[in-house]
Amino acid sequence: MSSSAIRMQTAAAAPEARGCALALAGIGHSFGGTIALDAIDLTVAPGELIALLGPSGCGKTTLLQIIAGFLQPSRGSVAFDGLRVDHTPANRRRIGMVFQNYALFPHLTVAENVAYGLRARQAPRAMIQSRVAEMLARVQMTAFGARFPRQLSGGQQQRVALARALAIDPVLVLLDEPFSALDKNLRLDMQIEIKSLLKSCGVTSIIVTHDQEEALSMADRIVVLNKGRIEQIDTPDALYDAPASLFVNGFIGHANFLEGRTTDPRGHVALAAGGTLALPQAGQRPAGTEITVSIRPENLTLSAGDAPGAIPTTIRVVMPLGAVSVIECVMASGESVKVSQSRAAWSGQPGVPAWLGITDITKVHVFDAPAGSPSITRP
Amino acid sequence: MSDTSRGHRELAPALPLALLFVVAFVLPLIALVAISLYRTPEFLDLSPVQYLRFLRDPFSLRVLADTVMLGLEVALCTLVLGYPLALVYAASGTILRIALTFLILLPLLTSTVVRTFAWIVILGRDGIVNATMLSLGLWDSPARLLYSWGGLVLALTQIQLPLMALPLINSLLRLDGNLAKAAEGLGAGRFRVFFTVILPLTLPGAIAGGLLVFAAAATAFITQTLVGGGRIILMPSYIYQQSMGVQDWPFAAALSLIFTAAVIGIVTAIGALSRLATRGQHAA
Repeated sequence: MSSSAIRMQTAAAAPEARGCALALAGIGHSFGGTIALDAIDLTVAPGELIALLGPSGCGKTTLLQIIAGFLQPSRGSVAFDGLRVDHTPANRRRIGMVFQNYALFPHLTVAENVAYGLRARQAPRAMIQSRVAEMLARVQMTAFGARFPRQLSGGQQQRVALARALAIDPVLVLLDEPFSALDKNLRLDMQIEIKSLLKSCGVTSIIVTHDQEEALSMADRIVVLNKGRIEQIDTPDALYDAPASLFVNGFIGHANFLEGRTTDPRGHVALAAGGTLALPQAGQRPAGTEITVSIRPENLTLSAGDAPGAIPTTIRVVMPLGAVSVIECVMASGESVKVSQSRAAWSGQPGVPAWLGITDITKVHVFDAPAGSPSITRP
Repeated sequence: MSDTSRGHRELAPALPLALLFVVAFVLPLIALVAISLYRTPEFLDLSPVQYLRFLRDPFSLRVLADTVMLGLEVALCTLVLGYPLALVYAASGTILRIALTFLILLPLLTSTVVRTFAWIVILGRDGIVNATMLSLGLWDSPARLLYSWGGLVLALTQIQLPLMALPLINSLLRLDGNLAKAAEGLGAGRFRVFFTVILPLTLPGAIAGGLLVFAAAATAFITQTLVGGGRIILMPSYIYQQSMGVQDWPFAAALSLIFTAAVIGIVTAIGALSRLATRGQHAA
């Protein structure tokens, strides 16, 4: 108790106090017979902001519960700063948790909510008062200290939840779908605010989300989870530019998938939609290998006339979205493709034939046909 | 058609019950008030003398105080036993919950008389407790458990426990599970989580159960008489004795009204206290 109180005081003096390093090794968990998590290895550097991203049921919330100590994993170990905490109960892990529904104590005022963790640690009264005032000021809620949670808006409740979590000077902050209860306009503002707050505290943070935009805008690195396994761990840019699997490619940003077949081992690909592409990244495969070619909408351009390497298509819908237009096209194979380009560059109408060109061939990704495992070849 | 006549038409289905209520409750209550205002058992002279007699008689005041104390003690015992039961229930899986529901409801499905006789078998001079303790050599002679205050509180606690457990379970199940996790994550141990989060937030359920148990235990004529025996005089048996035994109907009527007023008064006071304690949750 006393050591944590001392730490909190030193932390108050030096706001650049760093969070802990987190290491997960071989974490696995099963509910009944179902495997929720399998062989999760992850290391997080002190002060890093990590997003656990995946569709619902991918195991990301289960992993968060395991890190928090609310759930004992069936296999594997959790370590903070190199020390295993597998047998440390949740109330001794010094983790600040922000719940999806905020879980503010409805019978306590805002100030009492923020003070809760400090009281639980039996911090001196004067220190509690100054720390609560400091935290409320940090989240701009000073004027609301005497209110009850139900008198606050969603965004205000979230600020209080964050202040309560940060008040105990946690080594790690866990946020479970923190923005899902907010309306869309408020969401971006809160994302910016919370990201800068977490960064200024220097605390290690893990945010669980199913929203790729949220993960891309918040995190230093993103862990993409699918069916209880890690698909890829990388920076937002790397995930977008170099997805390790078809799943990651489809989950992060929009991607057009076209079926194709190699015609030789040098990387010539015949698309089911018609047309032939020379893709070095498709090389090293025997002729006749079924593959999936992934092209981002912004890497495609439409033209009214045929050109070498262009793919024939038909315009279906044109959606002007301010600076860019998104144009949906139908290929001869029935596959649909979205093109995103400057509104001025295309004025064709729905129903007319057109040709698709690829602006940068190195940004095209090739995956072995989805029937097999999503192994990849990088450019 | 005016609003009032439409209102009257909507109330029509409640008429039979209202009539029964008037005939079986309101009229006897008026009669009770009228009887209590006679000066003598022969119904001569109107005077509030029966109430003054009660207030000046230490024995009568003592009986009322004992009865109220019994209700409060039993309510407290069911509260202390009910919370662990409700916490276990809320934490269990489906199958255990079905089993617990059955066990909690079972006593409600048996008659009070049967349950009371079971306690006589357990607590009696040759009952299960005495027989066990004597044969183990822990006691030298049989203890007087039956016809004792402790035995009465114990029996009533068991008999009234469902009235406490059901509202408690209901409010525990409606409690957001993340609140306890949030408290735990902030460093609170099990006891702190219970006393600072779970208890205050389930207090309305505890109060509801407490009021039911208090009212039921204070007025439990059968159990009080059979387990308490002739030595322990409480308001229900005192009223019975004054009316059926002594045939002093005016005094018995006054006792009934004073007892009713005391029970309502305490129930109202506890209700008001609980609203005060949980005001934050209802603050607009």
